[in-house]
Amino acid sequence: MDTIFTRGPSINSRLALALALSVMLIVVDHKFDGFSSTRVYLNSLISPIQYIANLPSVMLSESAQRLTSHQQLLSENERLTNRLLMMSERLQRFEILQTENVQLRKLLDAPVKPEMRKMVAELMAVDNNPFSQQIVINKGAIDGVFPLQSVLDDRGIVGQVMEVGTTNSRVLLISDVTHAIPVRSVRNNIRFIASGSGSLDELILEHVPHSVDVKEDDLLLSSGLGQVFPEGYPVARVSSVVRDESLPFATVMAEPLARLDRLKYLLLIWPELVQEKPEEVLPPYKFLPQDTAQQEENGQ
Amino acid sequence: MRVQSRFFIIPASLLIALVLQIMPLPLEADVYRPDWVLIVLAYWSMALPNRVNVGIAFITGLAMDVLLGTALGIHSFALSISVWVLVANYQRLRNYSVWQQAIVIGLLSALYHLVVFWLQHLLTDIYFLFDYLWPTFTSMLLWPWIFWLLRKSRRQFSVT
Repeated sequence: MDTIFTRGPSINSRLALALALSVMLIVVDHKFDGFSSTRVYLNSLISPIQYIANLPSVMLSESAQRLTSHQQLLSENERLTNRLLMMSERLQRFEILQTENVQLRKLLDAPVKPEMRKMVAELMAVDNNPFSQQIVINKGAIDGVFPLQSVLDDRGIVGQVMEVGTTNSRVLLISDVTHAIPVRSVRNNIRFIASGSGSLDELILEHVPHSVDVKEDDLLLSSGLGQVFPEGYPVARVSSVVRDESLPFATVMAEPLARLDRLKYLLLIWPELVQEKPEEVLPPYKFLPQDTAQQEENGQ
Repeated sequence: MRVQSRFFIIPASLLIALVLQIMPLPLEADVYRPDWVLIVLAYWSMALPNRVNVGIAFITGLAMDVLLGTALGIHSFALSISVWVLVANYQRLRNYSVWQQAIVIGLLSALYHLVVFWLQHLLTDIYFLFDYLWPTFTSMLLWPWIFWLLRKSRRQFSVT
């Protein structure tokens, strides 16, 4: 080492210090989870960089919006109107089912499931870290986001909130290698654990015995057993079942229903925040969903 | 003006590198994203090892850990080692031609990615794909241009 720059400790001792500090940080952060509160501040401190990095894509999508042609808007409008009609028809049936379900549950003396609070969030950034699959959304502690909260898109479960910043938060996708979600099959209620495989379009069902009745195209819903995800949201569809008797378990793969590679708008849900009030859930046999929703809002 | 920009040119270049490092890209292009932060740190640590060395690399690595959502310390570990290699040999490396330097940067980038992979491998069970080493090649190709750009800005603003 040369002798011109002799201020401060030598370069080797600096390296030793940096490495020792890094190892300490890794151990404390990963093994003991010691920085969960500090990370909130760090995330908020660093979020301007994220906003700047996000600018080009925001500008691009905005200019794309400005440049959409009249024809495209019209066709999209028509498509969405059609879809709305279909949805509201399904919702009407759902309404009857719900009231019926509430009454049956009352008969059985089972607790009625409360409504959940929801909020729409927008995708801010996707991590380019090849080893883990996380996204950043534009809602944070200010909006009441909390760690372990479930995040959905229009098709199914996307993941859970991992870290919360003041104005944004980080979501771990269900396809991450460190993530697993308890699910059950719709067809026969068999429970599985679906772990992420590290690639966006595949989940692995772990420890499935050869004798279990699982077929391709089985729909898997969240079972709510892990106390993290609420029950009954679609998660994945079984894509392949290989029963190789030389292996201890069957190899079962599933494909996530949420389109994890093209997320844009996401839904955050707050389970059990609305207090249980089973008596006044809905007036029985009101068929039009829009009316009941409006009445509830401006009614009392 | 000139006095101020002398002090801000290094942090500014590092900030821009961080932004480029996390900027969202299409999935196909994402694999080839060069190591902007490593390249910029490499230039400054070779040009001005008295101002940019292991300490700055450590802090930048922490920022990257927070931005990328990895366990704190992983990127600071890898960046500290890479920058240490450069600072310990900066006199020799300065005399190389730009293309020879590019090869050194490529090796360094491979080391950096392997260290990050090993540390992550200790924490979670991930498997190695050769896709993880694509940034090494793009960083090598990028180095001459970044070198030229940063040297120009260093001389223009007489950063010492």
